[in-house]
Order: sequence, then structure tokens, then C-alpha cells
Amino acid sequence: MSLHLEIVTPEKKVFSSDVANVYLPGADGELGVLELHAALVTAIKPGELRYEKDGKVENLAVGTGFAEVTPNRVNVLTDMALGEEQIDESKVEEAMKRAEEQLKGLAHDHDAEEVAHLQAMIAKSVAQLNLKRRHRG
Amino acid sequence: MANLRDIRRRIKSVKNTAQITRAMQLVAAAKMKKAQDQALAGRDYADLLNQVLVNLKENVDEEAHPLLEKRDGGGKELVLVISTDKGLCGPLNTNLAKKIRADLPDADLVTVGRKLRIQFGKAGRNMVADFEVKDPVPFGEARPIAKLLTQLFLEKKYDKVSVAFSNFVSTLNQEPTVVQLLPIAADKLGEKRSYEGMGNEVKVDETNHTAALSKDYLFEPSGQDVLDTLLPLYVNFQVYQMLVESRASEHSARMVAMKGATDNANKFIKELTLEYNKLRQAAITAELLEITTAMKAME
Repeated sequence: MSLHLEIVTPEKKVFSSDVANVYLPGADGELGVLELHAALVTAIKPGELRYEKDGKVENLAVGTGFAEVTPNRVNVLTDMALGEEQIDESKVEEAMKRAEEQLKGLAHDHDAEEVAHLQAMIAKSVAQLNLKRRHRG
Repeated sequence: MANLRDIRRRIKSVKNTAQITRAMQLVAAAKMKKAQDQALAGRDYADLLNQVLVNLKENVDEEAHPLLEKRDGGGKELVLVISTDKGLCGPLNTNLAKKIRADLPDADLVTVGRKLRIQFGKAGRNMVADFEVKDPVPFGEARPIAKLLTQLFLEKKYDKVSVAFSNFVSTLNQEPTVVQLLPIAADKLGEKRSYEGMGNEVKVDETNHTAALSKDYLFEPSGQDVLDTLLPLYVNFQVYQMLVESRASEHSARMVAMKGATDNANKFIKELTLEYNKLRQAAITAELLEITTAMKAME
């Protein structure tokens, strides 16, 4: 018995393989999953997803979405999943700045969903930057 | 009878047309490949999303969410019509328009794509909104559309929201299809993929499914919260998938139409060339005849 991790975005299947363990950025805090974990559905928020495969720990920056955990599988549905090498720091910073400015402009009218969307974008940017910077050492 | 110069001119113009249609065919073919790949790539996500929803359904009260609420009030229906911006794609838009006129004769419309927007605008349909979608379709473009549809549904302006689009069956076959988007038909979730078309029935992973029956899911933060975020995501994704399907259909239809046009043009060129050569030969024969007669007369 082993734990199968699958990460998909609307654009493509990012990862599909057996792993030793997974750490998910759950809505209520980080969530560690080993095999035979109780069945669980959780919302995930932008942050860092960590898994160990063949003794090597890998990190991915993920966006909002869901994770479905069953005793032998973890299915992650997210709108973003990027490895460290796929993140372009300056581009992310720029995108974040843009989103922040838009957010300021929105302060007057109360379009809650637009605000939520921009905040999600910023959170995703932060997640990417955290991953990139920390592992540069 | 047409003279030589006329025929030469016509051959030239047909050649030009053939060149253009051939170029369009090649462009459409390249775009078609991309659009089809994109539609296929959405499958994995759709399958997983579907599976999570099926499992959720067994654990949560189905009527617990406004997006699932069925209304029998006989209120108005809203349709998202996904057509193309450009023409020259065979009978694609015509077929879709026919289907809408037959199945949804008085629904209000939200349109994507210029072709049917203009057509239904002229026909005096009530147009609620209109969106432009880039090519290839970015996931983010589906969000404002899904948001508007959801909002109108929740405000009870409409009792039912459907999507009319060209379902991509194969390169040669695109089916005009109308699918109910809202309220989300909870009883149908398990029966089919969360998108139409691209072939097969949903194959629910048996081992996983039986396992799912024997266990109760935990929800984090709570079942209601998960449902609250998952259902809008589902609507959003469905809109995206249908946009992508329509794009795949558009490019396929255009490629086929343009291939037909190129083939016809080439056939026409052949015929015209044959006629041209016949005429040329006749002219030469006539000239020779004149010369020989003149020589005979001089002797």
C-alpha cells in the first residue's frame, strides 16, 4: 500500500506519482498526510505544498483549490501549481504590485468578489515568492 | 464563348483564392491542434472535480446550497450562447442558431462571439450581456462569465441557466448542444463527466468508489464551507470547458471548410486550364489553316 499523489490544474496534470508523505496548505492550517489517512475533503489556500518522494523533499507553490484525501490517494485540484524553477521572481513581483494597486483603486466601491479575487492573486504571489526566496538559501 | 484572356484572368483569381483558403486551412489546423489539446487537458481536472463532488454529494444535504435549488416557478430562462468571432467555419454557427431557435425560442441571451450576437440582436432577442474571449482561452476569462450567470441566478432573475455551444465530437463532427448549468443537477453529477463531449462516459474508479461508500468524509473547515467554494468553482470550470470545446469545434470546422474550399478551387483551376488549352489549340489550328489557305491561294 502506498500513497498516490495527484495534482491537477485546469490546464494540465502537474504531478501523478506515489509519494511517502504530503504536506498541504489547508484552509485551517498545514496538513500532513501519510498513507491510511482518514478520508477528508479540505479547501486549500495559496501556499506551499511539500511532498517526499524517494527520500527527496520537493516543494510546489499552489493556489486555491481542493484536496481530496482517501487512505491511499491524495487528489489536489488547484488553479496553480509551480515548482521552484518555474517561478520568475520579478514577474511575480510585478503581478503582485499590479494587483495591489488595483485593490487600492477598488477600495471605494465594494465589489466583494473582485476584492476577494485580487486578494487571492496576491496570496498566490506571496506563496510563490516565499518558496523561491527561502530555497535560495 | 469566353476568350483566352478572360480565362487566364479567371484562373489567376481562382489561384489567389485557393492560396488564401489554403493558408487559412493551415492556420486553423495548427490552432485546432492546440484547442483540442487544451480541451483534453481539462479532462483530468474535470474527472477529479467530479469525483470529489460525487463523494461530497453522499455526505451533504443536497438541497443545502442555493446553487442546487430547483425552482418550479416557470420563470425565465437565460442562455449563454458560445459562437465564433469570425466566419468561414462552415455550418457551425448556423446549426447552433437553429438549435437555439428550436429549443429555446424565448430565452434571454448572454453571448460570447460576434456571429450569433449580431444574428440574435437583429432578431430582437433580449441580450443581457456580451463577452469577448481570447484565443487560446485563458482560464481566467471564464470567471467573469460564470460570475455574472451565477449572480443573475441567485438574484432569482432567472430560474434556469443553460449553455448553448458547439460540442466537439471529432474533427469532422461538431454537435450543437444545450446543457443546463444552473441549478446544478446534483442527481446527474455521478452519471456523466462534468463536461459534455470529448467522448466517453465517466468511469468512476470502482475501488475508490466502494471505499468511498464505506467511509465518511471529514470536511475541513466544514461540509458547508467546502460546498460553498466547490460549487462556484464547478460552475466556473464548466463554463471554461465549454468555451474550450467551442474553440476546438470552431477551428476544426474552419479547417474542414477551408480544405473543401481549397480542393474546389484546385478542381476549378484544372477545369479552366483544360478549357484554356483547348481554346489555345483551336486558335493555333485556325491560324495554321489561315496561313495554309493563303499560301495555296498564292500558288
